Amino acid sequence: MGLSTPEVLHVAHLGRIHLADDEVEKFADQLSTIVDYVNQLSELDTEGVEPLAHALPIHNALRADEPKPGLSTDEALGGAPDAAGGFFRVPRVIDDGSSA
Amino acid sequence: MAILNQTACQMRDALRRRDLTVADAAEACLQAIERLDPTVAAFVATDAAAVRRRAAEIDARLDAGDDVGLLAGVPVAVKDNMCTADALPTSCGSRILDGWRAPYNAHVVERLLAEGAVIIGKTNMDEFAMGSSTEHSYFGPTHNPWDPETVPGGSSGGSAAAVAARMVPLALGSDTGGSIRQPGSLCGVVGMKPTYGLVSRYGLVAFASSLDQIGPLARTVGDAALLLQAVAGHDARDSTSADQPVPDYLAALDEPLEPLRIGVPKQFFTEGLDPEVARLVRDAIGVYERLGAKVVEVDLPHATDYAIATYYIVAPSEASSNLARYDGVHYGYRASEHADMIDMYMRSRSEGFGDEVKRRIMLGTFALSSGYYDAYYKKALRVRRLVRRDFDEAFEKVDCLMGPTSPTPAFRIGERVENPLAMYLSDLFTVGANMSAIAGISVPCGFTAAGLPVGLQILTGVFSEDRLLRIARMVERETDWAACRPPLCEASA
Repeated sequence: MGLSTPEVLHVAHLGRIHLADDEVEKFADQLSTIVDYVNQLSELDTEGVEPLAHALPIHNALRADEPKPGLSTDEALGGAPDAAGGFFRVPRVIDDGSSA
Repeated sequence: MAILNQTACQMRDALRRRDLTVADAAEACLQAIERLDPTVAAFVATDAAAVRRRAAEIDARLDAGDDVGLLAGVPVAVKDNMCTADALPTSCGSRILDGWRAPYNAHVVERLLAEGAVIIGKTNMDEFAMGSSTEHSYFGPTHNPWDPETVPGGSSGGSAAAVAARMVPLALGSDTGGSIRQPGSLCGVVGMKPTYGLVSRYGLVAFASSLDQIGPLARTVGDAALLLQAVAGHDARDSTSADQPVPDYLAALDEPLEPLRIGVPKQFFTEGLDPEVARLVRDAIGVYERLGAKVVEVDLPHATDYAIATYYIVAPSEASSNLARYDGVHYGYRASEHADMIDMYMRSRSEGFGDEVKRRIMLGTFALSSGYYDAYYKKALRVRRLVRRDFDEAFEKVDCLMGPTSPTPAFRIGERVENPLAMYLSDLFTVGANMSAIAGISVPCGFTAAGLPVGLQILTGVFSEDRLLRIARMVERETDWAACRPPLCEASA
């Protein structure tokens, strides 16, 4: 069964990954092999078995709602590829019709 | 290099007695790295000046008679997915974080510093801890010190190789599907994955949040216990951190566990298992029988192939979520050319991530996507409960489970890197423990005819590390694999 090329391109797009034309087939083949392998789970009867997201029963580890110091603005911007005026600077997000 | 032939415990004692200075211990590591790392490539970052400053500081405190801590003056290496705020970058084996300086220390790094350790450097790893060979590192592969044409295992291959080659006595790794135990096995060192929740993940760059755990790599069980003692314990900053007291792992370490019931899962001795591995592991189990342990075969129908299938849905799913943050906005690599915001995300990620990371993000995205979520992700979580049940039921009958850590000894560099599924099956015996949260250790149990190490894996139930270490110590005491040195250490000594 595996993954079709359109499916691979779809999940790549969802994951914000661009695949070059000459990579698509290779990834499609590899992902299909893996998906075929994991499909063996359908052999198992899991009727009435609850999903287990976390193997340890730890719940709602909350602390009191008291403000504590965090990273300063400078520390938070320290690794930024582009920053200005105390903000992360990024390409225009909202398309207001004007050219880039 | 007599200094580096000591165990960490011996070094720690010599440092305390002032028979050895921290400066000399640190210098020995730096020289070993200079001599051996061009071949092994275990380290991605070291800062000799910072190491010497830290060594001088600890020497001064020891000279003044201070109790500096559990690891006073002992050199330690740290896998490059744990945040180190000062001299060293945290790059996770990836171009997307190449050179990134963490603004804070991981909890385990804080603990190392509080206990007086000297952090020698950051070690190489598969990118974002995704891999079983350390070949998926942006910085190139690490080489197995026992045969540099073979892999050290992964993803903590750098840490395992650094310890095996005696560049450092102790190293931290992380284990999500076997990434401490398997490289431990392939490099002939002790590698342990504690129970999920024992060691804080604060500052561990996340791969799969319900599976990741930090643990020790060392040449001896006692050294692994020492390092675990230093980093284990509750941390309120990690909401998955277990809030329970940590026992003294060293206190009773030399007391064998008696009576001892050992379960050998029949699924751990399959047809695909390398015959030399099978023989060496059975011999090691035979040692326990001679010591009076009872060995029985047990049945864990979901613990191997189904656990791998489950793991390669759950882990990529969690990874696809955890790695969404690498978008070129806040930190790390940003592509220089992009048409707009979405294009910036796509180019930064496509140029910044390697193939294995891309595969796993796509797999995870697929498994979580609309129309496939129930059949894949939810199904996998149901099977995860079946895997957990297999282990729970086994531990009602036996004290521990034993088998090979890895189906094969170290394979050649390049042999599996183009065959993802073959690579994934390296984890056949290790993923079950991560899925179930239980504790596991790999201890050396011999060498193949070609001189490659083989590891015995021992698994115990949750929060039983004290017993696990005592059981591991039993076979170590009867054999002497830890005394063996890789040929390349001899050649340049």
